[in-house]
Amino acid sequence: MRAEEFQERRVEVAGWPVNVASYRLGAAWHSQADNVSPGAGLARVTAATREEAEEKALRRAAELLARTRRH
Amino acid sequence: MAEYAHPETLAGTGWVAEHSADPRVRVVEVDVDTKAYDEGHVPGAIAWAWNTQLCDIVRRDILSQQKFEELMSASGITPDTTLVIYGDNNNWFAAWALWQARIYGHRDVRLMNGGRKKWLSESREVSTETPQVRPTNYRAQEADLSLRAFLPQVEEAVDRRSAGLVDVRSPQEYTGEILAPPGLPETCQRGGHIPGARNIPWGRACNDDGTFKSADELRRIYDAEGIDGTRPVIAYCRIGERSSHTWFVLKYLLGFDKVTNYDGSWTEWGNLVGVPVEREQAASSARG
Repeated sequence: MRAEEFQERRVEVAGWPVNVASYRLGAAWHSQADNVSPGAGLARVTAATREEAEEKALRRAAELLARTRRH
Repeated sequence: MAEYAHPETLAGTGWVAEHSADPRVRVVEVDVDTKAYDEGHVPGAIAWAWNTQLCDIVRRDILSQQKFEELMSASGITPDTTLVIYGDNNNWFAAWALWQARIYGHRDVRLMNGGRKKWLSESREVSTETPQVRPTNYRAQEADLSLRAFLPQVEEAVDRRSAGLVDVRSPQEYTGEILAPPGLPETCQRGGHIPGARNIPWGRACNDDGTFKSADELRRIYDAEGIDGTRPVIAYCRIGERSSHTWFVLKYLLGFDKVTNYDGSWTEWGNLVGVPVEREQAASSARG
């Protein structure tokens, strides 16, 4: 098995730059979202399509980023 | 173009693909997200969990020599094994594992350049099988604490400017705007940075594909902040894993002699009573 169709792009979520990557392993699509500057992972999800996987990852990223307190 | 000072501490993905089944090589995946391995990994690789297998959770410490020996033995590793470590987030916790392996004297330990991301993006073979490992009886060397900074050394660096302090966190963490990377728990009482520290985020050492920048590019990045190897350097972050990455860059790619990782990091300094912090904007943050 190989990761196929690896793709990543940068978007802004809740005012933070986020890197979202997605690829297919077998029949499953995987996506992960990282915040760019600290570099920490925010979400890793699996879904039936790339669009669904990225949407779920970004939704989870938005939830976490919205909770971040600025001091 | 200058070479890395110790290119033997890096393994390319192509080299790993050719050698992952070699019995003299052990490939280990160490991820921030410990579930990533189960999704698919380098064939033949085993996994170490940073939060249970690479730290003493009771003492908030690195592994003891005995625990390190037990981990290496259970992983089928001998002192002569070529240990190749890789992981997600451009090798954050892979570098943490490598740092401990060097502390306990493992001779041939390498990072897979580009980490998990590069392996996947190159559409290389992945496996979901966990390989069977024949245990060994690994004996480590005494801990080499010249690779590790403790609080008194950091206090001395602040008081006497005896070492260059490198804060590898994001500019927002450095200034105290946020206390932890978004999505991760706040582990300190106040924000800011250790007085005198320069802000050189760890990720500036990486290309977009996760590999390390060239030696010339790296030297320019650190030189610009006065980190040129002429005096000792102490790297820190929040809990010591991102600074392991920078420690690796300074120690092995640029070849600086005296580089230590302060794994107490901001979680320790940011909670201390009676010590100052600074909160001003870093000049480097403006350059991204």
